[in-house]
Amino acid sequence: MSNIPLAGYLIVSTIMFFAGVYGFLSRRNMLTILMSLELMLNAADINFVAFNKFLYPGQMDGAFFAMFAIGVSAAETAIAIAIIINIYRNIKNIYVDEVNKMKY
Amino acid sequence: MAEQIIFYVLAIVIVVFSILSVSSRRILRSATYLLFVLLATAGLYLLMGYQFLFGVQISVYAGGIMVLYIFSILLTSHAGDKAKSVSWKRLFLAGIAAIAGLAVCGHIIYHNVYKVVEAVAAEPTMQEIGKAMMGTEKNQYLLPFEAISVLLLACVIGGIMIARKR
Repeated sequence: MSNIPLAGYLIVSTIMFFAGVYGFLSRRNMLTILMSLELMLNAADINFVAFNKFLYPGQMDGAFFAMFAIGVSAAETAIAIAIIINIYRNIKNIYVDEVNKMKY
Repeated sequence: MAEQIIFYVLAIVIVVFSILSVSSRRILRSATYLLFVLLATAGLYLLMGYQFLFGVQISVYAGGIMVLYIFSILLTSHAGDKAKSVSWKRLFLAGIAAIAGLAVCGHIIYHNVYKVVEAVAAEPTMQEIGKAMMGTEKNQYLLPFEAISVLLLACVIGGIMIARKR
């Protein structure tokens, strides 16, 4: 069944994670920052599932952790988008370097 | 053999589209590329034999979260809007940080992954997943399941409270 080594999954998820890190550091729009965060969470989920499959078969801890992480990230995205839309309603843009009204 | 071809296709899709998604200047396009990445991730779960996780990923991520993103993109920007250009210094620093992290993690994976013993067992059936999710004994997950449901309820209420008109 398993012709693909663990390293394959780990390499894919590492590249995905650091693409997310790059986007998180280089983007200015709040929505794209949130999307980069989504990429990083997704890479972590792949790692959980891959380690569960290859190191602890017979148990389901990693798969369940990935499932709960998906649930938490859905909740987090909903709240974050509500906050972003509220900010947009108040100051008419969502660039992180222009949101400085609450700074002082 | 077929499995390996499928894995390579999914891996190439994930790598190419995740890089495109963080480097595209048009925000709607980058959301679409993110959708492709999430679908390919669901394909990886299916390849590893976790059908239930595949369904969860498709329905929650690709179905729910991406619709939320696209709605909010359409609400907060105009069609054909391009992202503000970012200074070269910031792009350079972000690239350096990403490549340095990639190098460190790649080094660790390369030198440690061959030490693990890969054990392969039968995939969990849907019945086992259901029992594990709804039980209260060891290695069963009713309590976190309920905690997640309370968290989701709190988020629904919080989202309504934050985004409603005053």
